[in-house]
Amino acid sequence: MDLYEHMGKDLFRAHGIATPRGIVAETPDEAAAATDQLGGSSVVKVQVQVGGRGKGGGVALCRSADEASDAAARMLGSDFKGRAVTRVLVEELLPIALEFYTSVLLDRSVGEYLWMLTAEGGMDIETLARDRPEALRRVHVNPGLGLRPWHLRSLTGLLPTNARDGAAQVLRAMWSVVDEADATLVEINPLVQLEDGSVVALDAKVTVDDNALFRHPEIEALEAAFPVDPVEKRAKDADLQYVKLDGSVGIIGNGAGLVMSTLDVVAQAGGRAANFLDIGGGASAEKMATSLQVILSDPSVRCVFINIFGGITRCDVVANGILEALGQVEATVPIVVRLDGTNAEDGRRILTEAAHPRIVPVATMDAAAEEAARLAAAAA
Amino acid sequence: MSVLVGADTRLVVQGITGSEGTFHTLRNRAYGTSVVGGVTPGKGGQDVEGIPVFDTVADAVDATGANTSMIFVPPRFAADAILEAADAGVALTVCITEGIPVRDMAAVHAYLAGTQTTLVGPNCPGVISPGVANVGIIPGEVCTPGRVGFVSRSGTLVYQIVHELSSAGIGQSTCIGMGGDPVHGVGFIESLRLFEADPDTDLIIMTGEIGGDDEERAAAFIAEHVSKPVVAYIAGFEAPPGKRMGHAGAIVTGSAGTAAAKAEALEAAGVAVGRTPSQVARIAAEPLPR
Repeated sequence: MDLYEHMGKDLFRAHGIATPRGIVAETPDEAAAATDQLGGSSVVKVQVQVGGRGKGGGVALCRSADEASDAAARMLGSDFKGRAVTRVLVEELLPIALEFYTSVLLDRSVGEYLWMLTAEGGMDIETLARDRPEALRRVHVNPGLGLRPWHLRSLTGLLPTNARDGAAQVLRAMWSVVDEADATLVEINPLVQLEDGSVVALDAKVTVDDNALFRHPEIEALEAAFPVDPVEKRAKDADLQYVKLDGSVGIIGNGAGLVMSTLDVVAQAGGRAANFLDIGGGASAEKMATSLQVILSDPSVRCVFINIFGGITRCDVVANGILEALGQVEATVPIVVRLDGTNAEDGRRILTEAAHPRIVPVATMDAAAEEAARLAAAAA
Repeated sequence: MSVLVGADTRLVVQGITGSEGTFHTLRNRAYGTSVVGGVTPGKGGQDVEGIPVFDTVADAVDATGANTSMIFVPPRFAADAILEAADAGVALTVCITEGIPVRDMAAVHAYLAGTQTTLVGPNCPGVISPGVANVGIIPGEVCTPGRVGFVSRSGTLVYQIVHELSSAGIGQSTCIGMGGDPVHGVGFIESLRLFEADPDTDLIIMTGEIGGDDEERAAAFIAEHVSKPVVAYIAGFEAPPGKRMGHAGAIVTGSAGTAAAKAEALEAAGVAVGRTPSQVARIAAEPLPR
């Protein structure tokens, strides 16, 4: 779960990282009032779950409440990189002396946490790593041992002497965000040293492990603030793994790998998937009905491709489930069904004998993908 | 012959009294796996269809000589279950549980490095050596004994491709479902090393997917250390960046972890990469190059 900047900063402050004073605003008037409260000037920042806000016009320096109101009106009225903007963060302007960068993230290649720090703020980190690796400190933190004093000495050694203690304090607090709040990414870009020498997080990018939300109800509750797609919500409530894509072939399959593979095979056949939907084990009539409702509610769907491999779940049971689901849901487009695995022939026979006007049974995955792509193109 | 699980496997099931645990334990036993015990804290002394239940893995190992464990406990307790199995000294633990916090798995991963215990999973379908032993939830019906070694991040792609191989009369030595989590136990490299050393495996199939760099590192390993032919499949060419595709680890991050980059790395290492699951099975069915 990717947190908004202001949520990340709340988490930072709870763990002892200094941040600018800030107020969340949902209207231009609130942004103006916040700016007055902060002393008559502010930085107004778009709150979205995507990066690149500085270059993309998502950050405005405002010298008056009116300017803040205008900036907020512009931001709140538009999408930012395709994401709806429902709130902005209004922050105090601070006297910045130096800008740094630091991040810690789970490095899945080695199962450890990779920490990076550079004294050069504002640089693209991948470019810096390639062109001037000596300007970037990297250490791996063993998850069993945690952050050690030598890690801190190594990382902060790149910074001016009078910034090292302040930065080390920030790094220790970042580790507690990882260790106690289950963050898989904590990035501060920029981390700044103010003219008085103190070290402050000017930005906050935090990703929290979805699998760990059960032990952080206060973080899970933040999800209510994110814009929700009604279709994605319906799928989630039914425990279906659903991701909206931009093609016209609706996909239902069992198992994440098989569904990903189905998207690819449809693309090779000249079609484009409208979604990823993993119905999971079992593929019961009830789940099938909800899946079809979810997919058919997408107006761009011209054809549905149900791709099921029967393992422990037998294909005859799946076939009956599909027919039962179609008793509950009105199919408005053709439905190509491919069943393989345990009792596949029984399943196919059940579908053929039912002779449902919308169902097109096809024996193999490749042929079914071709048929689904053809039907979607014919209906376009 | 086979790798990881076989005729010597003596299995203890952690979480045996849960509904999934009981169901799959009995299926594994019916397949021929030697299931010697189960563990559910507080239920020691009971039995599940004649399989004795113990309070701890250590008790089960003492009483039965179990050398392998399979884990079906809920996500919030599963990391602890892996540590308990390692501490009891089992050689192999297979963790089926999906949804374990990655912070917990990272700590487990670091701890296991100092033990003799091998982990498969979590969030995996398990390991089957067809005709000999099944530890996990892979449907034994789709497998046939033979000489193809199989390793996959995705469970259903194992079933799909193995089914096509079996239908074509090509059997498997062992099928390893390594699982779809970002931090996991046995991966492609360990599997390739095991299959390369197994005298009863002639050809290796690996199926990967988007996210991470396991496939790229496997490609480098194959180029250096694998003499047997390898066929691969990668899922997720159509996956958009930043979207998690079902599995916790299946996500393209920025420009890293794409299917195209993985397929390219494998092909550069001399691996035949099939474009569809069916094509993988067809390539594997061709006479082996000599």
